[in-house]
Amino acid sequence: MNRQKLQRVLVTSASSVLAIIVALVICAVILLITGKDPVKAYSTLFGAAGETKVLQGMFNRATPLMISAAAVAIGFKMNLFNIGVEGQMRVALLSTAVIGGAVNLPAPLHIAFCFVVAMATGALWSGIAGWLKVKRNVNEVISTIMLNFIALSVVAWSFDTFFRLDKEGESTSLLVKTKDLPRSAWFPDLVDRRLNGMLIVAIVILILFWVLVWKTKFGFQLRASGANSGAARATGVNPKRMIFISMLISGALAGLVGMRALMGDVHAYQNNLAEQQGFNGIAVALLGRNHPVGIFFSALLFGFLGEASGRLQLEDIPKEIVTIMTGIIVLAVVIINEAVKRWDDRRIQRRAAAMVEAVS
Amino acid sequence: MSEQAQARGDFAVELRGITKTFPGVIANHDVNLSVRPGTIHAIVGENGAGKSTLMKTLYGMHQPDEGSITVDGVTRTFRSPTDAIAAGIGMVHQHFMLADNLTITENIILGNEPVTSRGRIDFAAAHARIGALMSTLGVDFDLDAPVSSLGVGQRQRVEILKVLYRGARILILDEPTAVLVPQEVIELFVTLKRLVAEGATVIFISHKLDEVLANCDEITVIRQGTTVAHTSPRETDRRGLAELMVGGDLPDPSGRDTHVRDSVLLEVAAIDVAGTAVGSKLALDQVSLRVRSGEIVGIAGVEGNGQFELCEAILGLVPTVRGSVSMDGRDISHTPTRERINAGLSYIPFDRHREGLLLDAPLWENTFLGREDNRRLTSGLFTRRRAIEADSRAIIDRFGVRTPSEQVPAFALSGGNQQKLVVGREMASDPKVLLAAHPTRGVDVGAQAAIWDELRHARDNGLGVLLVSADLEELIGLSDTILVMYDGRITAQLDPAEATPEMLGTYMTGEVQGARS
Repeated sequence: MNRQKLQRVLVTSASSVLAIIVALVICAVILLITGKDPVKAYSTLFGAAGETKVLQGMFNRATPLMISAAAVAIGFKMNLFNIGVEGQMRVALLSTAVIGGAVNLPAPLHIAFCFVVAMATGALWSGIAGWLKVKRNVNEVISTIMLNFIALSVVAWSFDTFFRLDKEGESTSLLVKTKDLPRSAWFPDLVDRRLNGMLIVAIVILILFWVLVWKTKFGFQLRASGANSGAARATGVNPKRMIFISMLISGALAGLVGMRALMGDVHAYQNNLAEQQGFNGIAVALLGRNHPVGIFFSALLFGFLGEASGRLQLEDIPKEIVTIMTGIIVLAVVIINEAVKRWDDRRIQRRAAAMVEAVS
Repeated sequence: MSEQAQARGDFAVELRGITKTFPGVIANHDVNLSVRPGTIHAIVGENGAGKSTLMKTLYGMHQPDEGSITVDGVTRTFRSPTDAIAAGIGMVHQHFMLADNLTITENIILGNEPVTSRGRIDFAAAHARIGALMSTLGVDFDLDAPVSSLGVGQRQRVEILKVLYRGARILILDEPTAVLVPQEVIELFVTLKRLVAEGATVIFISHKLDEVLANCDEITVIRQGTTVAHTSPRETDRRGLAELMVGGDLPDPSGRDTHVRDSVLLEVAAIDVAGTAVGSKLALDQVSLRVRSGEIVGIAGVEGNGQFELCEAILGLVPTVRGSVSMDGRDISHTPTRERINAGLSYIPFDRHREGLLLDAPLWENTFLGREDNRRLTSGLFTRRRAIEADSRAIIDRFGVRTPSEQVPAFALSGGNQQKLVVGREMASDPKVLLAAHPTRGVDVGAQAAIWDELRHARDNGLGVLLVSADLEELIGLSDTILVMYDGRITAQLDPAEATPEMLGTYMTGEVQGARS
């Protein structure tokens, strides 16, 4: 790696690291105000990093976050803000639970079939927003928020009306859920009951994301359209087509977000399954600067905080402090990104001018 | 002390030793300017010489690092334009700051509304005051008409009224004639002379020497960020002034010993393009033209008369309602843009920032843009980073783009270098037909000469060029044929050997619609 590139990496990660530090400081102040000891809180929280169980949980929790952050990031690359990952995920969860549960296939095929169903449903739902944007110029932020509400309601209603097991009289269990997926559709664990193999899928998705966005013609055109749609259009890249396609890819990825919970854990649909994992992907993508490596580490951080937060309660510190922390991280990263970018732009401009002077 | 006393007596505006630096760039260095009250004082200099920076300093849009500003004998510090306005300075921007759907009155009083005792806007008072200002200027507007109903020259008059309404006695006009046709320029100067006769002072920024020499009382020349001469039309002529501006010999666009070949490379046959608004008239109405191999066809016209739509239609970015476009004998009317580009069509866009560059992306991505189907730069679905970077370095070298490397983001380059990069990219794929819109707009003399050389060289090798330009000398100097566009139609065809800027001007306003010769 040459010096210029190293500098770029450092500058890019600096704002994320800074944001995390800012969040830690602010949360320490909040803890102090509420009469808790921040040193104890943080040593309890980060002390948990030594435990294998916590680390396994971290990877487990990070898995869906990596996928949902990739879904959000591909939108960001095209200047689209897909807030609808949560809704797309939810629609995909129920459809996969129902359709995937209704067929019988050999294990690898069954898993692949479930993935296809999940991706197709996710893409179908995000495609509505994409279509509205392309045909009617409806802002995707508005439409995906609205489609989230619709998804939640429609899924809850149809689950309640058609797919609840206890309604069919087959179950007397208090757990309200759909019929279990056949075993052939269960995604295997890496570490039995502690770490699911979907982690590998998530990492492969991040690698494919990197290749697609930075190594292919399509990825270049996508980034060019996002950076300056006027310039891309003048070279014959159809911006509407790019919007629609990136919305579809984003939705397809969103469809996979819940699969760790569905295929690797619960093996049936129930309300609140994988809840919030679509929304949390937005935070992970922001902190990870829409880059696969950044997303990977950000997802691990959020996964770790989520997993370790339970420990705080043992020390009589509310675990909600972790929720506050993640919120502050997101706010801080947005602000600091902008500040760092301005500083860096000026630095680059100055250096370029100075080098040109020196040459002439 | 005596110096101060002199300033108080003699000058409306006096700048001493103004220096202003931006990161890595010295925009102004030791600038000195003395403007007598009741005169039209021209500031001339090339694009990028630092005229606008200087005027922004005087208007309080930024603060100088060094130097003093004296207005009517009082030394002042302007923290914002508000301070400058309070000192009686007004600025008429190059790009008008008017709200289209408000009336003339509303635009003029916006932000300075007179109010009645009951807290409502006092339109009667506003009308009275504007009426008085209009008679000073010698103009007459229906004050309740929306600004959208006005032409460019009239809008500029409204801008001037707006500035006067705020009590300005010293007016800065930033390249006011850039958007006007020659007849409107004459009207503008009539207005300005009336103002000066009433005791106002006008600072007139321009790089058009003829109008400066004909209309201004005194001239200050800026070159490379510093004031190099103070003169007047009595003491100098066009040649002398130009050499002061450039600091040497002038580049010359001419070079007409061409051999236009027979083969027609681009043929536009009677195309119509719909206007953007529903029910509006056609943006292009029965436009036909031909560009042959080795030929430069110039398009003259005031901006917004269909030049942009013409380029977009040839590129296939807007649909044509009727007519056809063919390239190299093949009808491409229904061919997608990308295929037209791959078949040898290139485009230097009107606005390099809006349509030409990815400003945040490195130069190698910028030179790759639009060339994703180039076999050398890609393999199958994948891009070949090393080949793209090497290709980018080759373009940078060949076109003399001044940059440390191809890894620098495009925003870090000066405007002239950005333009050279765009021109280089468009020429790199050895096009058959080049649509060149304002290829040298906003670039320095060196870059201008380099771009002209490249265009001529490519033309001699058989390139067909459609040249859209607002620089009439560039048009006359480079073109083999000049077509005038007015109101979406081609209204005249002229021989550049006989055309003069004044003559083009009369055609461009639509007053004369010469039959196509």
